[in-house]
Amino acid sequence: MTFLTYLISGLALGSVYAIIALGYTMVYGIAKMLNFAHGDIIMAGGYAAFYAYTRFGMPAGLAILFSILTCTILGVIIERLAYKPLRQASSLSVLITAIGVSYFLQNSAQLMFGSDTKIFPSILTEGSFRFFDGKLIISYLTLITIFTCIVIMIGLTAFINKTKIGKAMRACAEDKGAAQLMGINIDTTISITFAIGSGLAAIAAVLLCSTYPSLSPTLGSMPGIKAFTAAVFGGIGSIPGALLGGILLGIIENMTKAYLSTQLSDAIVFSVLIIVLLIKPTGLLGKKENVKV
Amino acid sequence: MKKILDNLLHQKNRSRTISYAMIIGTYLIIEILMHSIRMSRLFTSMLVPCCCYIVLALSLNLVVGFSGELSLGHAGFMAVGAFTAIIVSGLCVQMIPDPIIRLFISIIAGSIVSGIAGLLVSVPVLKLSGDYLAIVTLAFGQIIKSLITNIYLGFDRNGMQFSFVNNELNLEQGRMLLSGPMGATDTAKISNFSSGVLLILATLFIIYSLIDSKYGRAIMAARDDRIAAESIGIDILRSKTLAFVTSAILAGAAGALYALNYSTLQPAKFDFNTSILALVYVVFGGLGNINGTIIAATALYVLPELLRSLQDYRMLIYAIVLIIVMQLGSSARLKRSLEQIRNRFARKGDVR
Repeated sequence: MTFLTYLISGLALGSVYAIIALGYTMVYGIAKMLNFAHGDIIMAGGYAAFYAYTRFGMPAGLAILFSILTCTILGVIIERLAYKPLRQASSLSVLITAIGVSYFLQNSAQLMFGSDTKIFPSILTEGSFRFFDGKLIISYLTLITIFTCIVIMIGLTAFINKTKIGKAMRACAEDKGAAQLMGINIDTTISITFAIGSGLAAIAAVLLCSTYPSLSPTLGSMPGIKAFTAAVFGGIGSIPGALLGGILLGIIENMTKAYLSTQLSDAIVFSVLIIVLLIKPTGLLGKKENVKV
Repeated sequence: MKKILDNLLHQKNRSRTISYAMIIGTYLIIEILMHSIRMSRLFTSMLVPCCCYIVLALSLNLVVGFSGELSLGHAGFMAVGAFTAIIVSGLCVQMIPDPIIRLFISIIAGSIVSGIAGLLVSVPVLKLSGDYLAIVTLAFGQIIKSLITNIYLGFDRNGMQFSFVNNELNLEQGRMLLSGPMGATDTAKISNFSSGVLLILATLFIIYSLIDSKYGRAIMAARDDRIAAESIGIDILRSKTLAFVTSAILAGAAGALYALNYSTLQPAKFDFNTSILALVYVVFGGLGNINGTIIAATALYVLPELLRSLQDYRMLIYAIVLIIVMQLGSSARLKRSLEQIRNRFARKGDVR
């Protein structure tokens, strides 16, 4: 029964990773950049929800909406100011800029909100289901997390495959030059991608902070790196890959912590990543690109 | 005399001459200043770490600039070098009382172990390419850090004792060398500025000798066009391994010097942020540009320290500088005007 408990909590953690990984993978697929500032958007989302709920006294739903809105706007502004001028630049300059943005967000948060850890209120729900005479306890939060992830996945897949903007996004991912010739506005498409990714980061932030209720300016860095790993794990650029990678990573992490070693869980998680990449060099669901002369 | 001077200033050797002159000149100026006027503690405490970061950045430039592979885990090799040096130096205190020789042996040991780590890591890493290669180096950086965080090592009259994950050492009047997440405590501080400068000079010698050799040209050919290089018989994997392992050795040496400059050192120091920091130095200095890397590493290491009076705002300013320089560096107009200036001073056959 404990196995099942660990499995379900791993699934919940994995769902959060998957939601964050979606942001990484979409931006990578379309703008071909590793957005290292994504983790700090999560942090911004956490603070936005915290202040909306505790200081402005908004109801939970509104606070979450406020957080999503803040992150979406933040994501679009960052893209416009920092990344857009670098469209033609080398990928390393973009990477360094992303790191600069990440430092900027972390330090602005530290100046604005202080570096002390804040306790995130339980704005979602408390309480839990009990099965088998209390041997298996599943909190509502866990179920909400998994359910949210499923809804997001279905919604996003439908959006990408059915709508016009989704089609434009797929075209951009395939070949930017050709997409532009077909009359697709590349800048708008990339902005929308950033908006969606950042909005998802806000949702992940609320879920993450509800599970681990401490808020600090460096809150986003570790989940950011883990989710990035998850995105690569599943094959970066692939949306189902991000889901698969995120969930597998969450389960592996929880299982290692439960049965092997807490201290070594990071080492084991990253070793699994390396082994997977050695067997499938482009991730679990990644596309293989042939190099031509 | 004139012939030697001509040879030194010849296009082919110019970059090399400037590098050595810059380092030795700066060293002499600082030494004279230190002996004539009292320098602040802040200034003198920055000297050795600055040397370490220069060596780290140079070593990373070998991988990112010359070999063309993005490494996001270089701090891991620095950590291997650092903690090897701490162990070696701690074990040799009685055997080798002279601190200079002990420092030398520790740095050599640190770089050898780090080189072995680099060789082991390079086998899986170099099977991949592009961003996947980068993420695997990131993963190895994290793995190395978390392994070192779990090592407990000490020695007493009965010899060395070692335990992993949990501290199970029972020392009889012994000393702990590594104590898990606490890292090294109570290390003898034996690094000094002169040894740092010597390490930079040695690094420069190694890197210039490598890139001017047959092997160095193979490394750059593999970077510029993998398929073309392969077709003329260059062993791509061997070239890339050579660059990667040399880089790991140098990063290990940097770590060793760094570790022996502090009495306490935690493994958490060598995390993802340190790897990124080194990458920032390399990109600022210019890929494959050795003098640029030295200047960028120095400037960017000193900048946050100089901004210390601004307290909380210093890292914010650092971040803004980072973003703005990247924007300027890739703006088309600026590039054009730079091109014009460069054309004015154009030198024939100036190959980087």
